[in-house]
Amino acid sequence: MSGALVIFFVLAAAAVLSSINLIVQRHPIHSALSLVVVMVALAGLYLLMGAEFVAAVQIIVYGGAIMVLFIFVIMLLNAGEEERTNFSKLATFAGIPLAVAVTGLIGAAIARSTLVLPAPQPSGALTSTRTLSTLLFSEFVYPFELTSFLILVAILGAVVLAQREN
Amino acid sequence: MVPTNYYLILSAILFGLGIVAFVFKRNIITIFMSIELMLNAVNLAFVAFSQARAKPDGEVFVLFVIVVAAAEAAVGLGIIILTARNRRSLNVERVDLLKL
Repeated sequence: MSGALVIFFVLAAAAVLSSINLIVQRHPIHSALSLVVVMVALAGLYLLMGAEFVAAVQIIVYGGAIMVLFIFVIMLLNAGEEERTNFSKLATFAGIPLAVAVTGLIGAAIARSTLVLPAPQPSGALTSTRTLSTLLFSEFVYPFELTSFLILVAILGAVVLAQREN
Repeated sequence: MVPTNYYLILSAILFGLGIVAFVFKRNIITIFMSIELMLNAVNLAFVAFSQARAKPDGEVFVLFVIVVAAAEAAVGLGIIILTARNRRSLNVERVDLLKL
């Protein structure tokens, strides 16, 4: 087993186990911390694939900004243990089979499409940030500018929503 | 090198776990976190395809997904704060104004 494969399995196991931990934990802050582990593991996987800029953005924006926002809200609302309610029958009898079916369907499709998928890059060549930014500011410049509007609207919306009425 | 399929299967597993969390959790904040988990799973598939085809377009899309997720988190958490203030509870089963 090559070194890359070992790193992949360690990071994948960390991601999957933390996601399971997210479901098992009853306190939202524990779930949030497991989600941070998932995001850091995914950033490691991006680095393993050679997507260095995406890995950095993943850590900074997801692991940093978004999760801090989540933890702030948990603290602000003083969220405690999830209260146990009687589970809806629909969730129990349709939820798990549905999730297993979706995962199995996607997994089967991936497993069958081996021949269609091109081989991964032979060397761990990094997608340079220069290539990515050239593409972002030439071909994708219009969507890029649109996202800035989106962020602006989202910030205004969040401020309007969260302000106290008086 | 790690085969692309491994990444895609990991992505499918994470997406499935996100669905399970979305269906089973009762806390509105945790439900929101499971949406982020599903977005992350999709991002992994994007980067895996982009690297396999040696085209950086997929990575640009990941950046857009991250931006949209950040905007979504800001607005969504604003809504959560508002709901929690009005309902005095974070349990989604208490938010049943539209329920007959």
